[in-house]
Amino acid sequence: MYVAVKGGEQAIENAHALLAEDRRGDQAVPELGIDQIKQQMTLAVDRVMTEGSLYDRDLAALAIKQARGDLVEAIFLLRAYRTTLPRLAETRPVDTGAMRIRRRISATYKDLPGGQVLGPTFDYTHRLLDFALAAEGAVPDAPEAPQGDDGTMPRVSDLLANENLIETEPAGDDGAPPPDLTRDPMDFPAERALRLQALARGDEGYLLALGYSTQRGYGRTHPFAGEIRMGAVEVEVFVEEIGEAVVIGEITLTECEMINQFAGSKTEPPQFTRGYGLTFGFCERKAMAMALVDRALRCRELGEEATAPAQDEEFVLAHADNVEASGFVQHLKLPHYVDFQSELELVRKMRREIAEGRWAEGEAADVAAE
Amino acid sequence: MSPQSESGSAFDSAYNFAFLDEQTKRMIRRAILKAVAIPGYQVPFASREMPMPYGWGTGGIQVTASIIGPDDVLKVIDQGSDDTTNAISIRKFFVRTTGVETTESTADASLIQTRHRIPEKDLRADQILVFQVPIPEPLRFLEPRETETRRMHALEDYGLMHVKLYEDIAHHGHIATTYAYPVKVAGRYVMDPSPTPKFDNPKMDRMAALQLFGAGREKRIYAVPPHTEVKSLDFDDYPFELPEWQDVCAFCGAEDTFLDEVILDDRGKRMFVCSDTDHCSERRAAGHAGPALFDGEAAD
Repeated sequence: MYVAVKGGEQAIENAHALLAEDRRGDQAVPELGIDQIKQQMTLAVDRVMTEGSLYDRDLAALAIKQARGDLVEAIFLLRAYRTTLPRLAETRPVDTGAMRIRRRISATYKDLPGGQVLGPTFDYTHRLLDFALAAEGAVPDAPEAPQGDDGTMPRVSDLLANENLIETEPAGDDGAPPPDLTRDPMDFPAERALRLQALARGDEGYLLALGYSTQRGYGRTHPFAGEIRMGAVEVEVFVEEIGEAVVIGEITLTECEMINQFAGSKTEPPQFTRGYGLTFGFCERKAMAMALVDRALRCRELGEEATAPAQDEEFVLAHADNVEASGFVQHLKLPHYVDFQSELELVRKMRREIAEGRWAEGEAADVAAE
Repeated sequence: MSPQSESGSAFDSAYNFAFLDEQTKRMIRRAILKAVAIPGYQVPFASREMPMPYGWGTGGIQVTASIIGPDDVLKVIDQGSDDTTNAISIRKFFVRTTGVETTESTADASLIQTRHRIPEKDLRADQILVFQVPIPEPLRFLEPRETETRRMHALEDYGLMHVKLYEDIAHHGHIATTYAYPVKVAGRYVMDPSPTPKFDNPKMDRMAALQLFGAGREKRIYAVPPHTEVKSLDFDDYPFELPEWQDVCAFCGAEDTFLDEVILDDRGKRMFVCSDTDHCSERRAAGHAGPALFDGEAAD
């Protein structure tokens, strides 16, 4: 005779063993090394670091290996590890204007100080499967660019700002510490700094779809890719004991500044407005989508009517985090016997009542009319 | 009953006691204190990513991790049972990160973490019950906006909820909510009892034990202090009513417990058994027996 389900513990252990075996795959094939993932799956590593909110290439590579290449699962692993880390210090704001550029393009100017630097982009490749890659082989060195004039690359938005054609950003560092999403829960309405934090951690696919929707008329913002830059920036920490900022390392960032049309309002003259995107590593699609969504979410402060999903702050921010979303969607596979039993009883009761004619249409209408 | 083999030696000292760092625990304890001070009010807290997915009980786990001490005896249940996979997984997590003793016995536990049920046995003043909560906001499915629901709570504006319950009666003749049935706490805040069946609502009322609710993904903690009034919402002419069973537990014969339905074959044969497995085995140990134990004759 059937006995109520027991023995979950052994089942879990066996499932974990099977998972480990499946992750490894055919033992005759050499095992994937963390260094290989770190070196040859760099964009996967970048995405996991960005949405995992932790800049550590080794840990991200390990997470990808452990997650069998499931990046959302890898992001989750990295976030859970991040929970265990103490906060030792806060860095000073990084200066992306002083970035050591690997890529820098502008869609608004044909040429500009510092020039257009394509860098390692897929943009102009033909998407033809390269069967030569199926075999292993050495890759010839890429040519080195000659060092430019003085190496400076002013931001496109600064060039526009010099002519007062673009809104001025409020000066940063006014003494008030920025909100911190990892230390305080989301609070609505959210100021822009908080929104940008949430978007930076947000799921790339989700932001891509939302950004795309603004281009298709759902909250149109007339964007131009003013500038996209990717490269290394120095990270500094102010050390109280010696009274100055010390460089503790370098990280790679991708930054996107969208420039959007703005017809002006009663208080503001016509000018361009900004949407901003920033990611760890080289996550250009994410940075661009983020900039579109950031601009769409600024509708309230710019006095625009919010009509589209991408302009709905609570909708956008409450559902952007894929660790939260993935968990809650998938928790539906946990047992819900108790709740289902309650519903089962209710459906039976309602059917019984209908069968017995206790709830004839007229009677229900009487109650409604009372 | 499985033997208590998990406790003791398995403690993993590579992590801080109960996984969370002490600053995080302090932050969560502050939120808990505020929640206890304002019964039924949802206190925002800076929920952390835990090594289990959201939806698996991360809120309850963080609350438990913040209040558990080395002398606690922990019981973890899911759907009333100690032996469901997620309950086992959470219990193992705490054994690994705290080394505390665990139990399946409701009476022996000082700290009980639960998903979807309240134990059948009355809890005592020296026990704490921690609920895992998916959606802490009882008004969420009536109003999706946090800014709106927060305002409604602040103004004690619960008209929308009463309209919903009224419409249920108009359409169905009774209130068609069977679990996560809304309650009013200490005469002030309307609260979601987490998706426990409404069968369990009366147990919350003036319970001797402290009840803590953690919602990790939604980043809210709320509480019902001991001996606090918890009233299920209803109308004078349509009072709150408990679900009735025509059956008794097939194993222990109990007539007053929440019963799970177990399908026995594909020809409609089924039986009902206590959802609270500890309660059921305790009754059987005391000599109670249900129909299934009489020659395998399961109920209907």
